[in-house]
Amino acid sequence: MSSSRSEATRTGRGESGESDPLRPDDHADSADAGDAGRRGAASARLGVVGWLRWGWRQLTSMRTALVLLLLLAIAAIPGSIVPQRTADPNGVTQWRTDNPDLYPVLDGLQLFDVYTSVWFSAIYILLFISLIGCVIPRTKHHWNAMKARPPRTPVRLSRLDDHVETVVELPRDADAGAVAADAVALAEAQLRSSGYRVERYDTGTTASVSAERGYLRETGNLVFHGALVGVLLSVGIGGGLTYTGQTVITEGDSFVNSIGLGYTSFNPGRFVDVENLSPYALTLDRFDVTYTALGEAGQGQAGDFAAHLTVTEPGQQPHPGVVRVNHPLELAGDRIYLMGNGYAPTITVRDAAGEIVFREDVEFLPQDANMTSLGVVKVPDGLPEQMGLVGFFYPSAASLHSGALTSAFGDLLNPVLTLDVYVGDLGIDDGTPRSVYALDTGGMEQLTGRAIDVDSLELAPGDTVDLPNGLGTVTFEDATADGAPEAVKRYVSLSVHRDVGAPFVLVFAILALAGLLAALFVPRRRLWVKATPETTATGAEALRIEYAGLARGEDPAIAAAVADLARSHGAAVADVLGSDDRPVPDGPASDPDPKVD
Amino acid sequence: MPDSGLSLEDVSFLLVWTAVAIYALAFIAYAVDLARRSDLAVKAKDAAQPSAGQRVLVGATASTAGSGRGGAGSAIDEMRAQEAAALADLEAPLGARKRYVWARIGTSLTVLGFLFHLGGDVLRGIAAGRVPWANNYEFALTGTLLIVAVYLAVLLRYDLRFLGSFITGLVAVFLGGAALAFHVDVTPLADPLKSVWLVIHVFVASLATAFLALAFALSVLQLLQERRERLAQSSSLAAAGPASAAEAAPAADAPDARGRMRFLRTIPSADALESLAYRFAIIGFIFWTFTLIAGSIWANDAWGRYWGFDTKEVWTFVIWVLYAGYIHARATRGWRGSRSAWLSIVGFSAVLFNFVIVNMFFKGLHAYSGLS
Ligand code: HEM
Repeated sequence: MSSSRSEATRTGRGESGESDPLRPDDHADSADAGDAGRRGAASARLGVVGWLRWGWRQLTSMRTALVLLLLLAIAAIPGSIVPQRTADPNGVTQWRTDNPDLYPVLDGLQLFDVYTSVWFSAIYILLFISLIGCVIPRTKHHWNAMKARPPRTPVRLSRLDDHVETVVELPRDADAGAVAADAVALAEAQLRSSGYRVERYDTGTTASVSAERGYLRETGNLVFHGALVGVLLSVGIGGGLTYTGQTVITEGDSFVNSIGLGYTSFNPGRFVDVENLSPYALTLDRFDVTYTALGEAGQGQAGDFAAHLTVTEPGQQPHPGVVRVNHPLELAGDRIYLMGNGYAPTITVRDAAGEIVFREDVEFLPQDANMTSLGVVKVPDGLPEQMGLVGFFYPSAASLHSGALTSAFGDLLNPVLTLDVYVGDLGIDDGTPRSVYALDTGGMEQLTGRAIDVDSLELAPGDTVDLPNGLGTVTFEDATADGAPEAVKRYVSLSVHRDVGAPFVLVFAILALAGLLAALFVPRRRLWVKATPETTATGAEALRIEYAGLARGEDPAIAAAVADLARSHGAAVADVLGSDDRPVPDGPASDPDPKVD
Repeated sequence: MPDSGLSLEDVSFLLVWTAVAIYALAFIAYAVDLARRSDLAVKAKDAAQPSAGQRVLVGATASTAGSGRGGAGSAIDEMRAQEAAALADLEAPLGARKRYVWARIGTSLTVLGFLFHLGGDVLRGIAAGRVPWANNYEFALTGTLLIVAVYLAVLLRYDLRFLGSFITGLVAVFLGGAALAFHVDVTPLADPLKSVWLVIHVFVASLATAFLALAFALSVLQLLQERRERLAQSSSLAAAGPASAAEAAPAADAPDARGRMRFLRTIPSADALESLAYRFAIIGFIFWTFTLIAGSIWANDAWGRYWGFDTKEVWTFVIWVLYAGYIHARATRGWRGSRSAWLSIVGFSAVLFNFVIVNMFFKGLHAYSGLS
């Protein structure tokens, strides 16, 4: 692990003069020009420009990036503890009910909208400014570095941490300078063939080659940081072009992709042309679901959800389409997701004279895993008073000890509908928007139900019972009579999405990953080979060959790389000297046993 | 299997408990190794020369008497020599490793435990007819299996047996804890989990965890080693000049001199540990990045958006950012060393928190723990 690179690099910088790749001042590898000194200089002598420059340098320093990253991590945490409006609106409502005193405080701190809050945004915006301010100069610098020649060979290679040298004795008549040049030419070829960029630096009889590799490391780093900016921009810009809408379709019914017609809710991004959505229509033919049988492991668990649709697009034959969990239906650039399902009993209300005053498939909202479901019927007109029905639907009704009903299974084994009847003011005449799934019983009188000790109305499919007070009758229709596949219709809730940014986000994310791989695993290093003629103590001609390496960044293999080079080059030199019919020198060169400093 | 009375699932569960027991034994063997290998090291030294502790004391006495710093300097030299030797041991190839008997027993037991563990995991998968990582019990089962697998694989390259007690201890606790607290019978998969991304995303997340666990353990050792180095340094300062002797901690306070954590003598320098921790952490970080991306792709299929700050998404993000911070810290002047080690420790704590606490107690879409 001789890659204790702070030392290695510092030693090298003294020798080779310049700093590359370009790092922020407080990078662990940059020369130790304490920025305290610089700050002092700024405040003492420089004016506004100086201060601005100092501020910018602070913002784009490693330390600031680090602190902002840690702040970002900490700032993200509250959003996992406090419910968020976007992810869990009901949770927020519940929280408000449970903690009426604390709610305004947390709301004021934007703790229910952490990820769009001022403080969270400030952190990541600063981080990205810092990122851009850091990446741009580095990119410029790197661009030039890629065109530059490997740096001059340091004068004293032995000062580098990773350094090996051998002394090769030469034959008596050899021209030491020529042998040195040949030996270095060999090294040059070897280095080039293993992917180094090489440059010769010969002075007098001393020959040397300087080699560098691993530019990809810095490229990867820049690609990674740049791609993060790409992700952020894609999310931001894409968000403006994105829409999501929710809709509910009952078996046999249709949905038209138009914001006036089909949607129960619609959230367009800022730049969406809401008047010109793709004009397709969807009809729900059938909704499939299977339940794990009673007595098996995981009994009652629902699965294999599939909404079978007929898709109608302008100028095309209607064709079938299926939406499953994990398999959205792709249609005209939209993706259609299955978000939920439930039962929609068909309920008919007749007045005392037998005239139909209400007839609808009423969507009931599931309350538990066995599909006990809650639904509401509002009959504003046609009866002497406005009437509301609050119903429970049990697909597989069973009695509890208390006598109350429950559903024991999600499928339609024993469908039962119970209804509590309310009369009075539905509260919808003044135009206040009311949920179709809730009944405000404040201004109403209850006529049936446990609370007033009158049995609720109880119906099986096909049953008709009288309403209290001679108001009329209510019927739970058997849907098979109309040709539906089951006695009670099912509905699905679908979510329609168009996300223009998502593919770009994905591309940038993959780029980031690729950049990261290069930035973390490609070694960037310089190697030098220098051959210096000298005379040994015994007066013989000899060649001192030095090999040295310098890691540019984390490089656990640098020592091995230098040793490998020394070995293979030593062998090659020995070969050459031998093949010229010169006496093979004994000692280090023929048996490369490099002396490690 | 109506007659035998044991289903595949039951056999799997038995194998898992057996593995837990074997890991516990491996933990004991490794712990004995740590206690003994320092003794061995000390004895080997004592045979040749006075121990580091004694030498420093000698040096201190000598310097108070005004005879210079020779003794103290060599105490540090000796520590450096120990550390260099330990580094060479760490990087020694398989055949040339130190023969620590108890560590060998520990490793053999770990391999044995791993085989039972693997059997239990595979049988669980066969019983379920799918990959065995689809609820909290199974995440723990496969996640700990991968931790052991990565540890054993890394042993082929580096002699990291001094992490054995940490790894086997961690795995025994988590596997045993999961078998006790998280175990659920095999049930059919919930629809959102029926996806190739379950196979990829969860597996890679577990792999990331395994590497981050190794990095964590090395960072803890790094801090301990750093403390030892610091104490040795300050006691040598004390020895160097009588003036500073009063403030500096006496050499006898160095942890290894007090007999606790003497195994630190057989472990490389804080710098070397840091480099190694970093290497594991970046592998873990890459896998984690992949986990994040794969998770988003899956979320985009399952929930209609690739990112929604769901609880689990938040924590995955927090962990990712913490490790990005760690990597930066390694490259920031003033942060390399113990501060970055702390970040690695905090990062891994967040990983564990994400797995245990978030899965069990936090509300969100990722409700697949199988616990209710
Ligand atoms: C969204 C915020 C950021 C994230 C997630 C992030 C993440 C990372 C990661 C994962 C690495 C390791 C990969 C590599 O070595 O190339 C890295 C390295 C680096 N980052 Fe960032 N970074 C962010 C912002 C910044 C900023 C603002 C700066 C400039 C001040 C910066 C400067 C650097 C530098 C110089 C390195 C190379 C470190 C080395 O020499 O090993 N980063 N960053």
